[in-house]
Amino acid sequence: MATVASPHSGTAAPDPHASYLAQKGLASWLFTLDHKRIGVMYLVAVLVSFLLGGIMAILVRLELLTPGRTIMDATTYNHVFSLHGVIMVFLFIIPSIPAAMGNIMLPVQLGTIDVAFPKLNLASFYIYCFGACFGLYSMIHGGVDTGWTFYTPYSSKFSNSAVIPMIGAAFIMGFSSILTGVNFIATVHKMRAKGLTWRRLPLFCWALYATSIIQVLATPVLAITLLLLIFERVLHLGIFDPSMGGDPVLFEHFFWFYSHPAVYIMIVPAMGVVSEIICTFSRRAPFGYFFIAMSSLGLALLGFLVWGHHLFVAGMSEYSTMVFSALTFLVGIPSGVKIFNWIATLYKGSIDLRSPMLYGLGFIFLFTIGGLTGLFLAMLAVDVHLHDTYFVVAHFHYVMVGGTVIAFVGGLHYWWPKFTGKMYDEGKARIAFVLVFIGFNVTFMSQFILGSRGMPRRYYDYLPEFTTLHQVSTVGSWILGVGFIVMLVMFIESLASGKKATNNPWGSVALEWKTPSPLPLHNFLKVPVVTKGPYDYHLATEEELSED
Amino acid sequence: MTSEAAAADEYEHKEGDGHDHGHGHDHPKYLAHHFDTPAQQFDAAKIGMWAFLVQELLFFSGIFVAYGIFRSWYPEMFSAASHQLNRLMGAGNTIVLLFSSLTAALAVRAAQLGQKRNTSTYIILTILCAFTFLVVKYFEYHHKFEAGLLPGQYFHPDHHHLVAGSPELPGNSHIFYSLYFMATGIHGVHVAVGIGVFIWILRRNERGDFSKDYYTGVDLTALYWHLVDLVWIYLFPLLYLID
Repeated sequence: MATVASPHSGTAAPDPHASYLAQKGLASWLFTLDHKRIGVMYLVAVLVSFLLGGIMAILVRLELLTPGRTIMDATTYNHVFSLHGVIMVFLFIIPSIPAAMGNIMLPVQLGTIDVAFPKLNLASFYIYCFGACFGLYSMIHGGVDTGWTFYTPYSSKFSNSAVIPMIGAAFIMGFSSILTGVNFIATVHKMRAKGLTWRRLPLFCWALYATSIIQVLATPVLAITLLLLIFERVLHLGIFDPSMGGDPVLFEHFFWFYSHPAVYIMIVPAMGVVSEIICTFSRRAPFGYFFIAMSSLGLALLGFLVWGHHLFVAGMSEYSTMVFSALTFLVGIPSGVKIFNWIATLYKGSIDLRSPMLYGLGFIFLFTIGGLTGLFLAMLAVDVHLHDTYFVVAHFHYVMVGGTVIAFVGGLHYWWPKFTGKMYDEGKARIAFVLVFIGFNVTFMSQFILGSRGMPRRYYDYLPEFTTLHQVSTVGSWILGVGFIVMLVMFIESLASGKKATNNPWGSVALEWKTPSPLPLHNFLKVPVVTKGPYDYHLATEEELSED
Repeated sequence: MTSEAAAADEYEHKEGDGHDHGHGHDHPKYLAHHFDTPAQQFDAAKIGMWAFLVQELLFFSGIFVAYGIFRSWYPEMFSAASHQLNRLMGAGNTIVLLFSSLTAALAVRAAQLGQKRNTSTYIILTILCAFTFLVVKYFEYHHKFEAGLLPGQYFHPDHHHLVAGSPELPGNSHIFYSLYFMATGIHGVHVAVGIGVFIWILRRNERGDFSKDYYTGVDLTALYWHLVDLVWIYLFPLLYLID
């Protein structure tokens, strides 16, 4: 644990009131213990991963433009879609909001100077990088063709690809995720500013807290699963091999015991971001603050009870499937609480449709579709028809991309002035939003139809009658890609020549907007004492609401 | 939640100068910059460690679940395969580990009282016990290798080395040994890590890092060590005593 160390390394004591970006030089970044700089390094890493995973996605869609071979052979296709999944899940989405954005914002929202364990925080980042190197090694030396789920016995006995380094990568990155979770739990418990009671905790902090609990409880189960899989592949343990008296379905149980809660590691922090955005741009306290906060914990809890719905057709007993189906429906309750409470917050709010809010509203729209189609899949009879089809692909992309990525990007727009001290071009931001929103829906709405008509997921080839819908989807992926490129250009322009941001460009009353942009080295110029909730617009003075 | 009166009440660590970021003159040497009080630092470390131990438990849970499932599938096989394990060595190791948990707890007590020499003595005793455990484990593994009682496809029992008069090993016995080696192997790695951390803590203690006001390192390492002990307390009967 951190013993005798200043949270901010460097030779001469830097001015605590200067911007956290003031210090120059590579070493001042690589050896920093400042949560903001570590967060920025994570941000860069996850964005690079997102680009890489995105290129894979574009290639997958391009291959599916025509039946049969379009640009690559079937083996390459298997590798590309597997890498798309592995990169997007383990390198991008899992660390995207908690480790990158949460790292920067959590201590600021708590009104404190750093996370509880700054050294551990930096260690988590390097563990993540170390894991990513394994992943890169695997990509160069053979890649993987197992899909991101590594199902046995294919992954343990038959696949000729570089499965072991890739599993090693996921195993190592898991520890990064666990340690971040441990760090955030201790931070939320012990590092809150004076007066920041649990009932005044910003909803993003609640979401990160719930996420951290899942990270700490679920990720070790993935670790042991992947370790067993590595040994199964190296030593042929026989645990997952039916020809040796083992059980491949056991692997699926183990895998989904992590990977279903992992879905909530991805979506719960996204909901936290959206809660912040909705309140700020409606100028209202959230409707049912306490219920939104508790629904994050509810999702964390329920997330552990529903893994079996991935195995409905894998040979589970009928009674188990019924129990898992019923439990899966319960997930609709905390999700519904959030959606309805956000809408109730909007009602009679003073709504400001700037780009972060567009993403906030986009999230509500897309996540609702993603969530409701999840209920279709929770239904046993319907799942038999839809299992392993494009319907499933569309469903989880509506949650992962329409939910998490949209919220991540929204959060990036929202906190960008705090991170960089610069404003971006609102016009370009809106154009990017429209392109992303349309492109996303074109890409994945068509996949719902494809799936319900029986197009199986992961297939290289398809029947001619699916051609039109596949082509619509591929064109959608181009629009989506262009949207992200416009966004990238906009952010780069902002970094290069953006207008200087004021302390409070959105007129929010939350704590993080009362401190300079970009954030000062110690987050606040004066130690904050919290006397109001983060959304108490009805108590705000004119000065607090002003946008400069 | 909007009442201003309740403002600072919840905050536990009141002190004169609040939390003056720029300067740390009045901070004791061991207090990290971003904490206000030693109590806050200690509590944060403690919460962090407990969260970490919870993840350790869940890490081992996978092995225990696999054990439960395969034992319910193949109860006779488990019983026969378990017969080949050396109970005496297993029981001896259990006593060694339990004793080391005691010395680890005594090390914490000594650190809390500021008794530097006693702390070092107890840590050294704990490390010696841990080494003893690994040495005994080495001899157990050695016998299993000789007898061909190996995991998975490497399982090839050699009847000259099996326990005399033991029942025939049924099919799928390799699964028992897969689980045996995975469980004890991962546990052994935890013991080895514990040794490394205790050596580091010993060095810090010798350097004079700890006092009766600051003994977090000793405390947390002992907590970890108790967990390693606890896991073994479950592994021992489940693997050795089911015959």
